[in-house]
Amino acid sequence: MSAILTRRSTLPGFPLTMGLTLTWLSVIVLIPLAGLFLKTLELSPDQLWAIVASRRTLNALKISFGLAFAAACVNLVMGTIVVWALVRYRFPGRRLFDAIVDIPFALPTAVAGVALTALFAEKGWLGAPLAAVGIKVAFTPLGIFVAMVFIGIPFVVRTVQPVLIDLDPEIEEAAASLGASRWHTITRVILPSLLPALLTGLALAFARAVGEYGSVIFIAGNLPNVSEIAPLLIVIRLSEFRYADATAIALVMLIVSFLIIFVVNRLQRWAHRRAPAP
Amino acid sequence: MSIEMTLQRERSRRSVASSDAGTSARAAAQVRTEPSTVRIAIIATAMIFLGVFVVLPLVMVFAQAFSRGMTAYLAALAEPEALSAIRLTLLVALISVSLNMVFGLVAAWAIAKFKFSGKTILITLIDLPFSVSPVISGMVFVLLFGAQGYFGSWLQSHDIQILFAVPGIALATTFVTFPFVARALIPLMQEQGTQEEEAAISLGASGLQTFFRVTLPNIKWGVLYGVLLCNARAMGEFGAVSVVSGHIRGETNTMPLVVEILYNEYQFVAAFAIASLLAMLALITLIAKALLERHLDEGKLSDDH
Repeated sequence: MSAILTRRSTLPGFPLTMGLTLTWLSVIVLIPLAGLFLKTLELSPDQLWAIVASRRTLNALKISFGLAFAAACVNLVMGTIVVWALVRYRFPGRRLFDAIVDIPFALPTAVAGVALTALFAEKGWLGAPLAAVGIKVAFTPLGIFVAMVFIGIPFVVRTVQPVLIDLDPEIEEAAASLGASRWHTITRVILPSLLPALLTGLALAFARAVGEYGSVIFIAGNLPNVSEIAPLLIVIRLSEFRYADATAIALVMLIVSFLIIFVVNRLQRWAHRRAPAP
Repeated sequence: MSIEMTLQRERSRRSVASSDAGTSARAAAQVRTEPSTVRIAIIATAMIFLGVFVVLPLVMVFAQAFSRGMTAYLAALAEPEALSAIRLTLLVALISVSLNMVFGLVAAWAIAKFKFSGKTILITLIDLPFSVSPVISGMVFVLLFGAQGYFGSWLQSHDIQILFAVPGIALATTFVTFPFVARALIPLMQEQGTQEEEAAISLGASGLQTFFRVTLPNIKWGVLYGVLLCNARAMGEFGAVSVVSGHIRGETNTMPLVVEILYNEYQFVAAFAIASLLAMLALITLIAKALLERHLDEGKLSDDH
Protein backbone atom coordinates (compact mmCIF):
# COMPACT_ATOMS: atom_id res chain seq x y z
CA MET A 1 0.00 0.00 0.00
CA SER A 2 2.66 2.52 0.99
CA ALA A 3 4.27 2.10 -2.44
CA ILE A 4 1.29 3.85 -4.07
CA LEU A 5 1.36 6.64 -1.55
CA THR A 6 3.46 9.52 -2.72
CA ARG A 7 5.15 11.58 -0.04
CA ARG A 8 5.82 15.21 -0.71
CA SER A 9 6.69 16.51 2.70
CA THR A 10 9.77 16.74 4.84
CA LEU A 11 7.80 16.00 8.00
CA PRO A 12 8.49 12.72 9.75
CA GLY A 13 6.06 10.04 10.84
CA PHE A 14 4.09 9.35 7.69
CA PRO A 15 4.74 5.58 7.49
CA LEU A 16 4.10 5.18 11.22
CA THR A 17 0.92 7.27 11.47
CA MET A 18 -0.50 5.96 8.19
CA GLY A 19 0.23 2.40 9.28
CA LEU A 20 -1.45 2.92 12.63
CA THR A 21 -4.42 4.65 10.99
CA LEU A 22 -4.99 1.82 8.51
CA THR A 23 -4.51 -0.85 11.18
CA TRP A 24 -6.86 0.73 13.69
CA LEU A 25 -9.43 1.57 11.00
CA SER A 26 -9.34 -2.07 9.91
CA VAL A 27 -9.64 -3.49 13.42
CA ILE A 28 -12.51 -1.28 14.59
CA VAL A 29 -14.46 -0.59 11.40
CA LEU A 30 -13.47 -2.48 8.27
CA ILE A 31 -13.01 -6.03 9.59
CA PRO A 32 -16.25 -5.99 11.63
CA LEU A 33 -18.18 -4.66 8.61
CA ALA A 34 -16.49 -7.15 6.31
CA GLY A 35 -17.56 -9.89 8.72
CA LEU A 36 -21.15 -8.96 8.05
CA PHE A 37 -20.71 -9.20 4.28
CA LEU A 38 -18.88 -12.50 4.71
CA LYS A 39 -21.80 -13.80 6.72
CA THR A 40 -24.24 -13.03 3.90
CA LEU A 41 -22.02 -15.05 1.53
CA GLU A 42 -22.90 -18.13 3.59
CA LEU A 43 -26.42 -17.74 2.26
CA SER A 44 -27.36 -18.78 -1.25
CA PRO A 45 -29.10 -16.06 -3.31
CA ASP A 46 -32.32 -18.04 -2.99
CA GLN A 47 -32.09 -18.14 0.80
CA LEU A 48 -31.24 -14.45 0.90
CA TRP A 49 -34.22 -13.65 -1.29
CA ALA A 50 -36.52 -15.85 0.77
CA ILE A 51 -35.61 -13.89 3.90
CA VAL A 52 -35.84 -10.43 2.35
CA ALA A 53 -39.08 -11.25 0.52
CA SER A 54 -40.77 -12.77 3.55
CA ARG A 55 -43.86 -10.83 4.58
CA ARG A 56 -42.61 -9.58 7.93
CA THR A 57 -39.19 -8.46 6.62
CA LEU A 58 -40.69 -6.80 3.57
CA ASN A 59 -43.21 -4.94 5.70
CA ALA A 60 -40.51 -3.81 8.15
CA LEU A 61 -38.39 -2.51 5.27
CA LYS A 62 -41.40 -0.78 3.70
CA ILE A 63 -42.27 0.87 7.02
CA SER A 64 -38.69 2.01 7.62
CA PHE A 65 -38.00 3.30 4.12
CA GLY A 66 -41.50 4.70 3.47
CA LEU A 67 -41.87 6.59 6.72
CA ALA A 68 -38.24 7.74 6.64
CA PHE A 69 -38.83 9.23 3.20
CA ALA A 70 -42.06 10.91 4.30
CA ALA A 71 -40.30 12.33 7.38
CA ALA A 72 -37.36 13.54 5.28
CA CYS A 73 -39.78 15.34 2.95
CA VAL A 74 -41.43 17.08 5.92
CA ASN A 75 -37.96 18.04 7.10
CA LEU A 76 -37.15 19.40 3.67
CA VAL A 77 -40.16 21.74 3.73
CA MET A 78 -40.00 22.69 7.41
CA GLY A 79 -36.20 22.88 7.34
CA THR A 80 -36.37 25.35 4.46
CA ILE A 81 -38.83 27.51 6.39
CA VAL A 82 -36.69 27.34 9.55
CA VAL A 83 -33.45 28.13 7.76
CA TRP A 84 -35.10 31.01 5.88
CA ALA A 85 -36.31 32.52 9.15
CA LEU A 86 -32.93 32.03 10.84
CA VAL A 87 -30.82 33.45 8.01
CA ARG A 88 -33.00 36.17 6.49
CA TYR A 89 -34.92 37.64 9.40
CA ARG A 90 -34.00 39.23 12.70
CA PHE A 91 -36.40 38.40 15.55
CA PRO A 92 -36.18 38.05 19.32
CA GLY A 93 -34.80 34.65 20.31
CA ARG A 94 -33.25 33.98 16.92
CA ARG A 95 -29.94 32.80 18.37
CA LEU A 96 -31.73 30.56 20.84
CA PHE A 97 -33.81 28.96 18.09
CA ASP A 98 -30.66 28.53 16.03
CA ALA A 99 -29.09 26.61 18.92
CA ILE A 100 -32.26 24.54 19.48
CA VAL A 101 -31.95 23.07 15.97
CA ASP A 102 -28.98 20.99 17.19
CA ILE A 103 -30.83 19.34 20.08
CA PRO A 104 -31.96 16.27 18.09
CA PHE A 105 -28.26 15.63 17.32
CA ALA A 106 -27.20 16.02 20.91
CA LEU A 107 -30.04 14.39 22.84
CA PRO A 108 -29.43 10.64 23.34
CA THR A 109 -31.91 8.72 21.22
CA ALA A 110 -33.42 6.76 24.12
CA VAL A 111 -34.16 10.03 25.92
CA ALA A 112 -35.81 11.45 22.82
CA GLY A 113 -37.77 8.22 22.50
CA VAL A 114 -39.28 8.21 25.99
CA ALA A 115 -39.90 11.98 25.88
CA LEU A 116 -41.74 11.84 22.55
CA THR A 117 -43.77 8.87 23.75
CA ALA A 118 -44.80 10.65 26.96
CA LEU A 119 -45.65 13.75 24.93
CA PHE A 120 -47.80 11.96 22.35
CA ALA A 121 -49.30 9.22 24.56
CA GLU A 122 -53.07 9.40 24.99
CA LYS A 123 -52.74 11.39 28.21
CA GLY A 124 -49.71 13.39 27.11
CA TRP A 125 -49.56 17.14 26.57
CA LEU A 126 -50.02 16.77 22.81
CA GLY A 127 -51.50 13.28 22.73
CA ALA A 128 -54.60 14.28 24.72
CA PRO A 129 -55.75 17.13 22.44
CA LEU A 130 -54.93 15.04 19.37
CA ALA A 131 -56.89 12.08 20.77
CA ALA A 132 -59.86 14.43 21.30
CA VAL A 133 -60.00 15.01 17.54
CA GLY A 134 -59.53 11.30 16.89
CA ILE A 135 -55.82 11.24 15.98
CA LYS A 136 -53.75 8.57 17.66
CA VAL A 137 -50.00 9.14 17.42
CA ALA A 138 -48.19 7.02 20.01
CA PHE A 139 -48.00 3.28 19.27
CA THR A 140 -49.05 3.74 15.63
CA PRO A 141 -47.06 4.26 12.40
CA LEU A 142 -47.77 7.97 12.84
CA GLY A 143 -45.65 7.83 16.00
CA ILE A 144 -42.72 6.38 14.02
CA PHE A 145 -43.13 9.24 11.57
CA VAL A 146 -43.12 11.84 14.37
CA ALA A 147 -39.91 10.40 15.88
CA MET A 148 -38.25 10.34 12.45
CA VAL A 149 -39.19 13.99 11.85
CA PHE A 150 -37.63 14.86 15.22
CA ILE A 151 -34.26 13.25 14.53
CA GLY A 152 -34.09 14.61 10.97
CA ILE A 153 -34.61 18.28 11.86
CA PRO A 154 -30.95 19.42 11.92
CA PHE A 155 -29.89 17.94 8.58
CA VAL A 156 -31.68 20.19 6.08
CA VAL A 157 -31.19 23.28 8.25
CA ARG A 158 -27.46 22.75 8.72
CA THR A 159 -26.69 21.83 5.11
CA VAL A 160 -28.66 24.74 3.62
CA GLN A 161 -27.70 27.40 6.17
CA PRO A 162 -24.11 28.09 4.98
CA VAL A 163 -25.22 28.14 1.33
CA LEU A 164 -28.05 30.58 1.98
CA ILE A 165 -25.74 32.83 4.02
CA ASP A 166 -23.21 32.86 1.18
CA LEU A 167 -25.75 33.42 -1.56
CA ASP A 168 -24.71 36.45 -3.60
CA PRO A 169 -27.27 39.24 -2.91
CA GLU A 170 -26.65 40.68 -6.35
CA ILE A 171 -28.46 37.92 -8.20
CA GLU A 172 -31.61 38.67 -6.21
CA GLU A 173 -31.27 42.39 -6.78
CA ALA A 174 -30.67 41.76 -10.47
CA ALA A 175 -33.77 39.57 -10.69
CA ALA A 176 -35.82 42.24 -8.92
CA SER A 177 -34.49 45.07 -11.09
CA LEU A 178 -35.36 43.05 -14.19
CA GLY A 179 -38.96 43.07 -12.97
CA ALA A 180 -39.26 39.62 -11.35
CA SER A 181 -41.75 39.47 -8.50
CA ARG A 182 -40.45 38.40 -5.10
CA TRP A 183 -42.17 35.02 -5.50
CA HIS A 184 -40.54 34.53 -8.89
CA THR A 185 -37.14 35.50 -7.55
CA ILE A 186 -37.44 32.96 -4.76
CA THR A 187 -38.78 30.06 -6.82
CA ARG A 188 -36.77 30.68 -10.00
CA VAL A 189 -33.51 32.12 -8.66
CA ILE A 190 -32.93 31.33 -5.00
CA LEU A 191 -34.38 27.84 -4.59
CA PRO A 192 -32.59 26.44 -7.68
CA SER A 193 -29.24 27.62 -6.33
CA LEU A 194 -30.05 25.98 -2.99
CA LEU A 195 -31.09 22.75 -4.70
CA PRO A 196 -27.87 20.71 -4.17
CA ALA A 197 -27.84 21.63 -0.48
CA LEU A 198 -31.56 20.91 -0.11
CA LEU A 199 -31.19 17.48 -1.71
CA THR A 200 -28.10 16.71 0.41
CA GLY A 201 -30.10 17.57 3.53
CA LEU A 202 -32.99 15.40 2.33
CA ALA A 203 -30.65 12.44 1.70
CA LEU A 204 -28.92 12.78 5.07
CA ALA A 205 -32.22 13.09 6.96
CA PHE A 206 -33.55 10.05 5.11
CA ALA A 207 -30.42 7.99 5.85
CA ARG A 208 -30.57 8.87 9.53
CA ALA A 209 -34.28 8.08 9.82
CA VAL A 210 -33.97 4.70 8.07
CA GLY A 211 -31.35 3.46 10.52
CA GLU A 212 -32.80 5.13 13.60
CA TYR A 213 -33.64 2.86 16.51
CA GLY A 214 -33.64 4.48 19.96
CA SER A 215 -36.00 7.37 19.39
CA VAL A 216 -38.44 5.26 17.37
CA ILE A 217 -38.97 2.00 19.26
CA PHE A 218 -40.63 3.55 22.32
CA ILE A 219 -43.30 5.39 20.36
CA ALA A 220 -43.70 2.80 17.59
CA GLY A 221 -45.90 0.17 19.20
CA ASN A 222 -43.74 -2.44 17.44
CA LEU A 223 -46.59 -4.51 16.01
CA PRO A 224 -45.20 -6.90 13.35
CA ASN A 225 -46.25 -5.89 9.81
CA VAL A 226 -47.83 -2.67 11.10
CA SER A 227 -45.42 -0.61 13.15
CA GLU A 228 -42.24 -2.69 13.31
CA ILE A 229 -39.17 -0.95 11.85
CA ALA A 230 -36.33 -2.84 10.16
CA PRO A 231 -33.68 -2.12 12.85
CA LEU A 232 -36.02 -3.55 15.49
CA LEU A 233 -36.56 -6.69 13.41
CA ILE A 234 -32.76 -7.09 13.28
CA VAL A 235 -32.63 -6.91 17.08
CA ILE A 236 -35.47 -9.44 17.39
CA ARG A 237 -33.79 -11.87 14.96
CA LEU A 238 -30.49 -11.55 16.83
CA SER A 239 -32.19 -12.31 20.13
CA GLU A 240 -33.73 -15.41 18.50
CA PHE A 241 -30.23 -16.38 17.26
CA ARG A 242 -31.52 -16.20 13.67
CA TYR A 243 -28.30 -14.56 12.53
CA ALA A 244 -28.90 -15.24 8.83
CA ASP A 245 -32.20 -13.34 8.92
CA ALA A 246 -30.64 -10.45 10.82
CA THR A 247 -27.72 -10.33 8.39
CA ALA A 248 -29.95 -10.28 5.31
CA ILE A 249 -31.96 -7.31 6.61
CA ALA A 250 -28.74 -5.53 7.61
CA LEU A 251 -27.34 -6.12 4.12
CA VAL A 252 -30.30 -4.38 2.48
CA MET A 253 -29.98 -1.45 4.86
CA LEU A 254 -26.20 -1.18 4.38
CA ILE A 255 -26.54 -1.18 0.59
CA VAL A 256 -29.01 1.68 0.84
CA SER A 257 -26.65 3.55 3.21
CA PHE A 258 -23.77 3.17 0.76
CA LEU A 259 -25.97 4.34 -2.11
CA ILE A 260 -26.85 7.42 -0.08
CA ILE A 261 -23.15 8.14 0.63
CA PHE A 262 -22.57 7.94 -3.12
CA VAL A 263 -25.49 10.24 -3.91
CA VAL A 264 -24.42 12.77 -1.28
CA ASN A 265 -20.85 12.81 -2.64
CA ARG A 266 -22.22 13.43 -6.11
CA LEU A 267 -24.50 16.20 -4.84
CA GLN A 268 -21.58 17.83 -3.10
CA ARG A 269 -19.47 17.75 -6.23
CA TRP A 270 -22.40 19.27 -8.12
CA ALA A 271 -22.68 22.03 -5.52
CA HIS A 272 -18.94 22.73 -5.76
CA ARG A 273 -19.11 23.04 -9.53
CA ARG A 274 -22.01 25.49 -9.29
CA ALA A 275 -20.52 27.62 -6.55
CA PRO A 276 -18.42 30.50 -7.88
CA ALA A 277 -14.79 30.25 -6.85
CA PRO A 278 -14.22 32.32 -3.71
CA MET B 1 -23.92 13.60 11.37
CA SER B 2 -20.63 13.45 9.52
CA ILE B 3 -20.84 16.86 7.97
CA GLU B 4 -22.48 18.40 10.98
CA MET B 5 -19.33 19.49 12.73
CA THR B 6 -17.66 21.09 9.75
CA LEU B 7 -20.85 22.75 8.63
CA GLN B 8 -21.52 24.02 12.06
CA ARG B 9 -18.19 25.70 12.32
CA GLU B 10 -18.29 27.05 8.81
CA ARG B 11 -21.68 28.54 9.49
CA SER B 12 -20.71 30.39 12.62
CA ARG B 13 -17.53 31.63 11.03
CA ARG B 14 -19.49 33.01 8.12
CA SER B 15 -22.24 34.53 10.19
CA VAL B 16 -19.61 36.72 11.85
CA ALA B 17 -18.56 38.04 8.46
CA SER B 18 -22.07 38.39 7.11
CA SER B 19 -23.36 40.39 10.05
CA ASP B 20 -20.82 43.15 9.32
CA ALA B 21 -21.71 43.20 5.67
CA GLY B 22 -25.38 42.85 6.54
CA THR B 23 -25.80 46.22 8.24
CA SER B 24 -24.22 48.25 5.45
CA ALA B 25 -26.10 46.39 2.77
CA ARG B 26 -29.42 46.53 4.55
CA ALA B 27 -30.63 49.75 2.93
CA ALA B 28 -29.69 48.57 -0.54
CA ALA B 29 -31.31 45.19 0.03
CA GLN B 30 -34.91 46.32 0.36
CA VAL B 31 -35.76 44.14 -2.62
CA ARG B 32 -34.33 41.13 -0.82
CA THR B 33 -37.10 40.68 1.70
CA GLU B 34 -40.73 39.67 1.88
CA PRO B 35 -43.86 41.59 2.97
CA SER B 36 -44.15 41.74 6.75
CA THR B 37 -47.18 39.40 6.87
CA VAL B 38 -45.21 36.71 5.02
CA ARG B 39 -42.23 37.33 7.26
CA ILE B 40 -44.27 36.93 10.44
CA ALA B 41 -45.94 33.80 9.09
CA ILE B 42 -42.59 32.18 8.28
CA ILE B 43 -41.07 33.08 11.65
CA ALA B 44 -44.18 31.82 13.47
CA THR B 45 -44.20 28.54 11.52
CA ALA B 46 -40.51 27.97 12.26
CA MET B 47 -40.95 28.75 15.96
CA ILE B 48 -44.03 26.55 16.35
CA PHE B 49 -42.36 23.66 14.53
CA LEU B 50 -39.21 23.81 16.65
CA GLY B 51 -41.28 24.42 19.77
CA VAL B 52 -43.49 21.37 19.26
CA PHE B 53 -40.86 18.97 17.96
CA VAL B 54 -37.78 19.99 19.95
CA VAL B 55 -38.57 22.17 22.96
CA LEU B 56 -41.63 20.28 24.23
CA PRO B 57 -39.91 16.85 24.32
CA LEU B 58 -36.98 18.38 26.20
CA VAL B 59 -39.27 20.09 28.72
CA MET B 60 -41.19 16.81 29.04
CA VAL B 61 -38.05 15.01 30.27
CA PHE B 62 -37.63 17.37 33.21
CA ALA B 63 -41.37 17.67 33.92
CA GLN B 64 -41.65 13.90 34.22
CA ALA B 65 -38.43 13.55 36.21
CA PHE B 66 -39.60 16.05 38.82
CA SER B 67 -43.30 15.07 38.72
CA ARG B 68 -43.11 13.55 42.23
CA GLY B 69 -40.82 16.20 43.62
CA MET B 70 -37.15 16.57 44.33
CA THR B 71 -36.98 13.77 46.92
CA ALA B 72 -38.33 11.13 44.56
CA TYR B 73 -35.96 12.40 41.85
CA LEU B 74 -32.89 12.12 44.06
CA ALA B 75 -34.02 8.77 45.45
CA ALA B 76 -34.32 7.42 41.90
CA LEU B 77 -30.78 8.51 41.11
CA ALA B 78 -29.43 6.97 44.31
CA GLU B 79 -30.74 3.48 43.40
CA PRO B 80 -27.87 0.97 43.09
CA GLU B 81 -28.97 0.13 39.54
CA ALA B 82 -28.79 3.80 38.54
CA LEU B 83 -25.41 4.28 40.18
CA SER B 84 -23.90 1.22 38.53
CA ALA B 85 -25.25 2.41 35.17
CA ILE B 86 -23.66 5.84 35.69
CA ARG B 87 -20.34 4.20 36.61
CA LEU B 88 -20.44 1.91 33.55
CA THR B 89 -21.38 4.78 31.23
CA LEU B 90 -18.46 6.86 32.50
CA LEU B 91 -16.06 3.93 32.16
CA VAL B 92 -17.15 3.08 28.61
CA ALA B 93 -17.01 6.73 27.57
CA LEU B 94 -13.52 7.06 29.05
CA ILE B 95 -12.27 4.01 27.13
CA SER B 96 -13.80 4.85 23.77
CA VAL B 97 -13.09 8.58 23.92
CA SER B 98 -9.41 8.02 24.73
CA LEU B 99 -9.05 5.40 22.00
CA ASN B 100 -10.71 7.67 19.46
CA MET B 101 -8.71 10.68 20.59
CA VAL B 102 -5.40 8.88 19.99
CA PHE B 103 -6.69 7.53 16.68
CA GLY B 104 -7.97 10.97 15.69
CA LEU B 105 -4.59 12.61 16.36
CA VAL B 106 -2.65 9.91 14.52
CA ALA B 107 -5.02 9.81 11.54
CA ALA B 108 -5.23 13.60 11.27
CA TRP B 109 -1.42 13.83 11.23
CA ALA B 110 -1.18 11.34 8.36
CA ILE B 111 -4.11 12.78 6.41
CA ALA B 112 -3.69 16.51 6.95
CA LYS B 113 0.09 16.87 6.85
CA PHE B 114 0.93 14.67 3.87
CA LYS B 115 -0.22 14.35 0.27
CA PHE B 116 -1.11 10.90 -1.00
CA SER B 117 -3.52 9.33 -3.43
CA GLY B 118 -6.66 7.76 -2.07
CA LYS B 119 -7.09 10.40 0.62
CA THR B 120 -10.79 10.95 -0.16
CA ILE B 121 -11.46 7.22 0.02
CA LEU B 122 -9.66 6.98 3.36
CA ILE B 123 -11.76 9.83 4.80
CA THR B 124 -14.94 8.19 3.48
CA LEU B 125 -13.93 4.93 5.20
CA ILE B 126 -13.28 6.76 8.48
CA ASP B 127 -16.74 8.33 8.13
CA LEU B 128 -18.46 4.97 7.55
CA PRO B 129 -19.69 4.43 11.14
CA PHE B 130 -21.78 7.61 10.81
CA SER B 131 -23.81 6.09 7.98
CA VAL B 132 -24.35 2.68 9.56
CA SER B 133 -27.49 2.11 11.62
CA PRO B 134 -26.61 1.85 15.33
CA VAL B 135 -28.24 -1.56 15.49
CA ILE B 136 -25.99 -2.83 12.68
CA SER B 137 -22.97 -1.30 14.44
CA GLY B 138 -23.67 -3.50 17.44
CA MET B 139 -24.61 -6.49 15.32
CA VAL B 140 -21.23 -6.70 13.54
CA PHE B 141 -19.63 -7.43 16.92
CA VAL B 142 -22.23 -10.09 17.70
CA LEU B 143 -21.29 -11.77 14.39
CA LEU B 144 -17.60 -11.65 15.37
CA PHE B 145 -17.72 -12.51 19.06
CA GLY B 146 -21.11 -14.14 19.66
CA ALA B 147 -21.48 -17.82 20.51
CA GLN B 148 -22.07 -18.60 16.83
CA GLY B 149 -19.70 -15.86 15.65
CA TYR B 150 -16.35 -16.16 13.87
CA PHE B 151 -14.29 -16.02 17.08
CA GLY B 152 -17.05 -17.29 19.38
CA SER B 153 -15.79 -20.79 20.09
CA TRP B 154 -12.16 -19.67 20.38
CA LEU B 155 -13.13 -17.02 22.92
CA GLN B 156 -15.22 -19.54 24.81
CA SER B 157 -12.42 -22.10 25.02
CA HIS B 158 -10.06 -19.39 26.30
CA ASP B 159 -12.69 -18.09 28.71
CA ILE B 160 -12.62 -14.57 27.34
CA GLN B 161 -15.84 -12.62 27.64
CA ILE B 162 -16.30 -9.83 25.09
CA LEU B 163 -20.00 -9.82 24.35
CA PHE B 164 -22.41 -9.04 27.20
CA ALA B 165 -19.47 -7.47 29.05
CA VAL B 166 -17.54 -4.21 29.22
CA PRO B 167 -15.18 -4.97 26.26
CA GLY B 168 -18.10 -5.50 23.88
CA ILE B 169 -19.88 -2.36 25.03
CA ALA B 170 -16.66 -0.36 24.73
CA LEU B 171 -15.96 -1.78 21.25
CA ALA B 172 -19.44 -0.98 19.94
CA THR B 173 -19.23 2.52 21.41
CA THR B 174 -15.79 3.05 19.88
CA PHE B 175 -17.15 1.97 16.49
CA VAL B 176 -20.10 4.35 16.68
CA THR B 177 -18.00 7.34 17.78
CA PHE B 178 -15.01 6.47 15.58
CA PRO B 179 -15.00 9.51 13.23
CA PHE B 180 -15.59 12.36 15.69
CA VAL B 181 -12.07 13.43 16.70
CA ALA B 182 -10.48 12.70 13.31
CA ARG B 183 -13.20 14.67 11.51
CA ALA B 184 -12.80 17.62 13.85
CA LEU B 185 -9.01 17.70 13.39
CA ILE B 186 -8.46 16.97 9.68
CA PRO B 187 -9.91 20.24 8.26
CA LEU B 188 -8.31 22.27 11.06
CA MET B 189 -4.85 20.78 10.51
CA GLN B 190 -5.16 21.04 6.74
CA GLU B 191 -5.92 24.72 7.07
CA GLN B 192 -2.88 25.25 9.30
CA GLY B 193 -0.53 23.71 6.75
CA THR B 194 2.91 22.31 7.49
CA GLN B 195 5.14 25.40 7.60
CA GLU B 196 5.45 25.66 11.37
CA GLU B 197 6.24 21.97 11.71
CA GLU B 198 8.77 22.08 8.87
CA ALA B 199 10.49 25.04 10.55
CA ALA B 200 10.70 23.13 13.84
CA ILE B 201 12.15 20.07 12.12
CA SER B 202 14.71 22.11 10.21
CA LEU B 203 15.78 23.69 13.52
CA GLY B 204 16.52 20.21 14.79
CA ALA B 205 13.40 19.26 16.75
CA SER B 206 12.43 15.61 16.74
CA GLY B 207 9.12 14.46 15.32
CA LEU B 208 7.53 13.98 18.73
CA GLN B 209 8.88 17.30 20.02
CA THR B 210 7.41 19.01 16.97
CA PHE B 211 4.07 17.36 17.53
CA PHE B 212 3.83 18.16 21.24
CA ARG B 213 5.38 21.67 21.14
CA VAL B 214 4.13 22.97 17.77
CA THR B 215 1.14 21.03 16.48
CA LEU B 216 -0.71 20.20 19.67
CA PRO B 217 -0.89 23.79 21.00
CA ASN B 218 -2.31 24.83 17.61
CA ILE B 219 -5.05 22.21 17.59
CA LYS B 220 -5.90 21.93 21.29
CA TRP B 221 -9.33 23.53 20.89
CA GLY B 222 -10.04 21.28 17.94
CA VAL B 223 -9.12 18.21 20.00
CA LEU B 224 -11.42 19.39 22.77
CA TYR B 225 -14.18 19.97 20.23
CA GLY B 226 -13.88 16.44 18.84
CA VAL B 227 -13.64 14.90 22.31
CA LEU B 228 -16.72 16.82 23.44
CA LEU B 229 -18.91 15.53 20.61
CA CYS B 230 -17.40 12.05 20.85
CA ASN B 231 -18.13 11.92 24.57
CA ALA B 232 -21.73 13.07 24.19
CA ARG B 233 -22.43 10.36 21.65
CA ALA B 234 -20.51 7.71 23.65
CA MET B 235 -22.53 8.35 26.81
CA GLY B 236 -25.83 8.51 24.96
CA GLU B 237 -25.41 5.62 22.53
CA PHE B 238 -28.36 3.27 22.70
CA GLY B 239 -28.88 1.02 19.65
CA ALA B 240 -25.38 -0.40 19.28
CA VAL B 241 -24.89 -0.88 23.02
CA SER B 242 -28.32 -2.44 23.40
CA VAL B 243 -27.38 -5.22 20.96
CA VAL B 244 -24.07 -6.14 22.64
CA SER B 245 -24.90 -5.50 26.29
CA GLY B 246 -27.03 -8.51 27.20
CA HIS B 247 -28.93 -6.31 29.67
CA ILE B 248 -27.48 -7.88 32.81
CA ARG B 249 -28.93 -5.78 35.62
CA GLY B 250 -26.42 -3.85 37.66
CA GLU B 251 -23.61 -5.08 35.41
CA THR B 252 -23.89 -4.34 31.70
CA ASN B 253 -26.56 -1.65 31.57
CA THR B 254 -25.46 1.82 30.60
CA MET B 255 -27.61 4.86 31.42
CA PRO B 256 -29.65 4.83 28.17
CA LEU B 257 -30.34 1.11 28.66
CA VAL B 258 -31.55 1.68 32.21
CA VAL B 259 -33.86 4.41 30.90
CA GLU B 260 -35.39 1.80 28.59
CA ILE B 261 -35.73 -0.87 31.29
CA LEU B 262 -37.27 1.44 33.88
CA TYR B 263 -39.60 2.94 31.28
CA ASN B 264 -40.83 -0.49 30.22
CA GLU B 265 -41.43 -1.30 33.90
CA TYR B 266 -43.61 1.83 34.20
CA GLN B 267 -41.15 3.40 36.66
CA PHE B 268 -41.53 6.71 34.88
CA VAL B 269 -40.01 8.99 37.52
CA ALA B 270 -36.89 6.83 37.74
CA ALA B 271 -36.62 6.47 33.95
CA PHE B 272 -36.96 10.20 33.37
CA ALA B 273 -34.62 11.01 36.28
CA ILE B 274 -31.79 9.20 34.49
CA ALA B 275 -32.98 10.59 31.16
CA SER B 276 -32.74 14.08 32.68
CA LEU B 277 -29.04 13.52 33.45
CA LEU B 278 -28.47 12.58 29.82
CA ALA B 279 -30.51 15.58 28.67
CA MET B 280 -28.38 17.86 30.84
CA LEU B 281 -25.27 16.30 29.32
CA ALA B 282 -26.68 17.13 25.88
CA LEU B 283 -27.42 20.74 26.85
CA ILE B 284 -24.01 21.24 28.45
CA THR B 285 -22.40 19.74 25.35
CA LEU B 286 -24.27 22.16 23.08
CA ILE B 287 -23.28 25.16 25.21
CA ALA B 288 -19.63 24.05 25.40
CA LYS B 289 -19.69 23.41 21.66
CA ALA B 290 -20.92 26.94 20.98
CA LEU B 291 -18.17 28.39 23.20
CA LEU B 292 -15.50 26.24 21.52
CA GLU B 293 -16.70 27.25 18.07
CA ARG B 294 -16.24 30.88 19.06
CA HIS B 295 -12.71 30.03 20.24
CA LEU B 296 -11.89 28.19 17.03
CA ASP B 297 -13.24 31.05 14.91
CA GLU B 298 -11.27 33.65 16.85
CA GLY B 299 -8.16 31.56 16.36
CA LYS B 300 -8.82 31.56 12.65
CA LEU B 301 -9.51 35.28 12.48
CA SER B 302 -6.29 36.14 14.31
CA ASP B 303 -4.40 33.77 12.01
CA ASP B 304 -5.75 35.62 9.01
CA HIS B 305 -4.38 38.98 10.10
